[in-house]
Amino acid sequence: MAMSTTMDQVVKRAKDSFGQMFDKSLHDLVRGIRNHKDNEAKYINEAIDEIKQELKQDNISMKANAVNKLTYLQMLGYDISWSAFNIIEVMSSNKFTFKRIGYLAASQCFHEGTDVLMLTTNMIRKDLSSSSMYESAVAMSGLSCFINADLARDLANDIMTLMTSTKPYIRKRAVLLLYKVFLNNPDALKPAFPRLKEKLEDPDPGVQAAAVNVICELARRNPKNYLALAPIFFRLMTTSTNNWVLIKIIKLFGALTPLEPRLGKKLIEPLTNLIHSTSAMSLLYECINTVVAVLVSISSGLPNHNASIQLCVQKLRILIEDSDQNLKYLGLLAMSKILQTHPKSVQAHNDLIMQCLDDKDESIRLRALDLLSGMVSKKNLMDIVRKLMIHMDKSEGSHYRDELLSKIIEICSQSDYQHITNFEWYISILVELTRLEGTKHGNLIARQMLDVAVRVESIRPFACNQMAILLANAHVFIIGSSSTTVAEVLYAAAWICGEFCSYLKEPQKTLESILNTKIILFPGHIQSVYYQNILKIITYLIQSSDNDEILAKQLVTMTIDKMSIFLSSGDVEAQERASITLHILKTVLKLIEKSEFNVNELSALFDGVLNPVAAKAQRKVAIPNGLDLDAWINDPPSESEDESVTTDSRHDNSGFFYGKHEENYSSNSYSNETSNYQQPRNYVEPTTDELEKQRESRKQSENMNPFYLKDSKKTKLTQKHETSIDHSNGNESMPSTPDKGTIPANLQISLSDQLYRQSKIDEENRRLKKKSKSDGGSSKKGKKSSKKSDIAAIDENEDDIYPTVQVTRGGELPEGVTESGHEDNDDDIGSGRNKKYDPHRALNIDFNEKPIQATYTPPPSQLKEPSKKLVETPPVSVEKVKKSKKKKTIENQIEPSTSKSKHKRERSDYKDLGSPADDDDKHVLQSAVAAPSPTPAPVSAASPVIEEKPKKKKIKEKKSISKTAIPDANDSASLLLDIMSDDIHPINQSNQQYNEQDSYKLAAQTDNLIIEYLITPNSSTAELDVTFLLKNQTSSIIDHIDIHVIDSMSSKLLNTTSANRISFTTISLFPRSQNYIHIYFAINAISFSQNLKTTLSYTINGSNKNEKDSIEFKLNLPCSQYLRKKPMNSNAFADLMSSGTLTCQSHIDIPLSNQDFVSRIKTICQSYRLTIVEQINAAASLYAETILGQPIAFLLKSTNSQTNISVDGKSTETHFLSNLMEEIKTSLK
Amino acid sequence: MIKAILVFNNSAKPRLIKFFEYYPEEIQQQIVRETYHLVSKRDENVCNFLEGGSLIGGNDYRLIYRHYATLYFIFCVDSSESELGILDLIQVFVETLDKCFENVCELDLIFHADKVHYILQELCLGGMVLETSMNEIVARIEEQSKLEKQEAGISAAPAKAMTALKEMNLPQKIKDIKLPDLNLNLRF
Repeated sequence: MAMSTTMDQVVKRAKDSFGQMFDKSLHDLVRGIRNHKDNEAKYINEAIDEIKQELKQDNISMKANAVNKLTYLQMLGYDISWSAFNIIEVMSSNKFTFKRIGYLAASQCFHEGTDVLMLTTNMIRKDLSSSSMYESAVAMSGLSCFINADLARDLANDIMTLMTSTKPYIRKRAVLLLYKVFLNNPDALKPAFPRLKEKLEDPDPGVQAAAVNVICELARRNPKNYLALAPIFFRLMTTSTNNWVLIKIIKLFGALTPLEPRLGKKLIEPLTNLIHSTSAMSLLYECINTVVAVLVSISSGLPNHNASIQLCVQKLRILIEDSDQNLKYLGLLAMSKILQTHPKSVQAHNDLIMQCLDDKDESIRLRALDLLSGMVSKKNLMDIVRKLMIHMDKSEGSHYRDELLSKIIEICSQSDYQHITNFEWYISILVELTRLEGTKHGNLIARQMLDVAVRVESIRPFACNQMAILLANAHVFIIGSSSTTVAEVLYAAAWICGEFCSYLKEPQKTLESILNTKIILFPGHIQSVYYQNILKIITYLIQSSDNDEILAKQLVTMTIDKMSIFLSSGDVEAQERASITLHILKTVLKLIEKSEFNVNELSALFDGVLNPVAAKAQRKVAIPNGLDLDAWINDPPSESEDESVTTDSRHDNSGFFYGKHEENYSSNSYSNETSNYQQPRNYVEPTTDELEKQRESRKQSENMNPFYLKDSKKTKLTQKHETSIDHSNGNESMPSTPDKGTIPANLQISLSDQLYRQSKIDEENRRLKKKSKSDGGSSKKGKKSSKKSDIAAIDENEDDIYPTVQVTRGGELPEGVTESGHEDNDDDIGSGRNKKYDPHRALNIDFNEKPIQATYTPPPSQLKEPSKKLVETPPVSVEKVKKSKKKKTIENQIEPSTSKSKHKRERSDYKDLGSPADDDDKHVLQSAVAAPSPTPAPVSAASPVIEEKPKKKKIKEKKSISKTAIPDANDSASLLLDIMSDDIHPINQSNQQYNEQDSYKLAAQTDNLIIEYLITPNSSTAELDVTFLLKNQTSSIIDHIDIHVIDSMSSKLLNTTSANRISFTTISLFPRSQNYIHIYFAINAISFSQNLKTTLSYTINGSNKNEKDSIEFKLNLPCSQYLRKKPMNSNAFADLMSSGTLTCQSHIDIPLSNQDFVSRIKTICQSYRLTIVEQINAAASLYAETILGQPIAFLLKSTNSQTNISVDGKSTETHFLSNLMEEIKTSLK
Repeated sequence: MIKAILVFNNSAKPRLIKFFEYYPEEIQQQIVRETYHLVSKRDENVCNFLEGGSLIGGNDYRLIYRHYATLYFIFCVDSSESELGILDLIQVFVETLDKCFENVCELDLIFHADKVHYILQELCLGGMVLETSMNEIVARIEEQSKLEKQEAGISAAPAKAMTALKEMNLPQKIKDIKLPDLNLNLRF
């Protein structure tokens, strides 16, 4: 020992003198550990001591070496956080080699809680901006692992700067790192987003991929806010060749489509093309997944819906047939998604999925199993289950076998056993399942047995005798290991044998097997059922023997003998039941000895029929009159009386009694309790009358109670007797079959198989029979054509060949309650099954992720400023102009003042996340402002007699065309309407739409683009809203749309992004689609019509290059467009006419052109936004207002010639009036 | 997102642990053990996807792994990653290792765990895929090695001599990692 210490000292001294040369390098450490396999921990602890010494040295290379070794030890599970400060020392070295070692160690052991991190900010900042790109990259890699909120806040700007680096190597790292910054500092998202968006179009594909990656991660957490980016992603999807990028985008689209079905429609075609063209399996798979997601979200309405499904299923088949297990697995996974909505398409590939059950890979088998349950039908159920049973025998691993078992039961029992045609077969399957070793599903099997026996009356004889066999062999269930629960089936078996004992072939034998003394080894609840049913069987035996006293006495004596042992059962419940049963029997014995026994007294105990009770029954029970569940049954004890009882404990009690409904009632009961406390206590002995009443009400409630075993009609009893007699007769006539109990196992195996074969033969027979029948029919065709139709009807329905078995579906409900209402269907397991894969739910899970949380509920102090700025600065001009109008709208809809602020907030959300980049995107914003509250009011443009400010509504609708489809117009989805607005109009708006469409006029047309326009005067201010309808004629995406209008003396383009110019950066036109854009003009004079020189420039994103183009045209603003609707009543009109203010007059004659006067007036009103004030015979007075608020009045008269209408106009504006009249004249000629 | 990257050998010895989310050391070791139990009992020629264990993951996470000779490469990823894409990424990773170490074997990973980390840092950052081109990664790694050598310069010569001396006793390195045929699902 002393020797070695001195040796160590010598070595240490040598090391010190030789410096790093004799240091243990990482290499040495690893080798040392490998050479000390027996005492590794000791060796490492020594090594750590050495490292601690090394860290104390001043030599940085020695320190770096030590840290490098620590990083290795960290991997082996050693905590190295104590060296945090040394790690920082190494990180701060100016040599790349050491810096890299330091950052690696930091990335492995630092985390957001590491307190030394606050020392690193400046060092990391320096490293990030290092001139060596590798140093910068090392810093970023490290930072991505240990970034915390402080670092994210302090370094956000530095990272933003790196995004503009000239080196893609740096840029792509900065982009990815930004995501970590967002996670740790959500405030950074808003200011950084525009730059991040730019990176989607970075010249370097790696940077582009990184940006896609980050945005996809962001969007996955809250897809709604990124809908606006759909066009950009769409373009990337059609242009990018990077499979990584494509996969990410396609996955993202899969998340977006549930929110925006119209997007889905757009996607189908390009995705289908990709499916056809790609050779990359991963891409193919993601395409299929997204197509499926689209088809799920749009259940119908796609022209080639079925073709798409077929394509997907076919491609998936190829995947599943592939020898690559991974493809197989994924194929099955995707198939199960299709199964949810299109089970038929999947059923066609039954064979393939069955094959997968034979796969050696358990995960593939489980996937295939999942698929099976959706594929069963009456026809193939028995085959599938048979196959599964065979698998069960072969398979190893209890997990997979249990999975198989529960699957068999699931597919058989689904939708109330609708696929089962042969219940005898099913019972035998259940019995066979009990032989499964070590299953955890004993309970499940037991419940199925009970359920089938109760619901399917015709199966009871068969079921009873199968159960009797189980009971006779109960001993086999004792042997099973403790983990298995298969003994549970005895619970079902005992109950079925007891309840339906009249069907038993040998009830006495069954009684004997129930009296097996070994049952005391089973769990208490099983014992209880046993004891209870002993009595039932004895009662039946005595009854069926016509009160044979000798037999009765013999039976009862025997039972009493055997039962005494059960009194020592360890379970209280079982013991109690055994005791009761025993004493009843003793009483019976006494009575028999006195010859006073009447079996009916005994049978009365088990009178009546137990029916299945619907799952909803409890909830449907109406509360009987006079029953106040919240009232005290007894008066509450006063506080003084028992202070020891705390209110809490009382609450607990109430919870116990309320059971499941506790949540519903608790709030009530709490408040009532407290109020009752204040009430004076007056406990009075109930009078006889009151008692009578109580008894009455109790009876009533008993009647209403589905769980109360009614002392019901005698008829049922006699029925029972009859059937039992029938059966016992049958029993006598048929010589008893050999005892199955002795050879249960072998026989049972063959039983289900026998039944299977039998039913197959039956099925075939029926089919043949039917066929011969129909053949016969066709041979007789000539003679008896009347029968033909019947036969055809039979032929059509394949299901006819299966016998129909009466199944009591659903269950009993309280009287007077119907199985109505889907309101609580959500609780039903059956309907819930389809919801399991609901994509919405999956998307909503992460809504509270950090960045989103912050944007939705900004912490008041931190976020106020930026959000305010963003809301108020860009739309300031808009709001000013629109202010009066907006106010009016709000008043009009009688909105509470809070809603205004709410809108505001929503708008800011939408603005921030929808398109934070587009400060200049006022147009979109404006349309959102213009319709703060969407009240869908389908105003028929054809009827001018609408009282309630129709003009305003119309405007609103034009601005937000088809917004009505979406509940919230401020929803970012409305933004998308502008982005991709063909075929997106809701059906109920279609009429309206046509009128709108009709009135669009052609402005200009080229090979690439058709521009149509529609002018709408603003209802309150001197503005015109010009809506351009752009129709993309190319097969490329058109974007970067830019409108330039030269202002005239009297008109001025509003909301420009630069002089006389508006850029629509968010608007993209998809191939062969159309879209709306709005521009607004402020008008200060209306006398003359105007032709404004307009240039619309745009970019076509061709496959090879982007092509810029522009169209120049004159935008005509005629005088008639300065008119707006203004309803006026006849009195006010008369006042106006007599006031003499309308000094200017003008007259024209217009032709009637084969129309009657009334309809002619209607068309005029419609075209010029005039309102009829009054109409008498062949004369009408019309009124409107200019957008500057001047009145215009017309008097129209049908002249004598009957071919012309004379039009007299009056106004305050001479030029305007004459120009308007001229326009009317020329247009109506 | 990639949540974790684990490399361990057939007897559960970790060779590389990279978590993109913080776990204390003892939990990290537990995760390695748990993951080992999940993957080691799987046959060859079964699919390479697994539901995550109880420690790492949750519903959204899956383990995607490949088994090369004595080593398991396991990526724990969430649903935003493509399963087949990650399989290819593992392949890229291993191919890159193969190139950088010239016929990589487990010993390379054992003695150069730091270098493996540096290669991984070129492959992904903060749990997101950074680069998928092997040539690009190899070029960058070589440049950094050059930088390292420059810095070491003459001062490192004695250390190198020492290493060379020590290496002499090293048992014959077994070049035992065989790369399977490159059945890439993606072509980059």
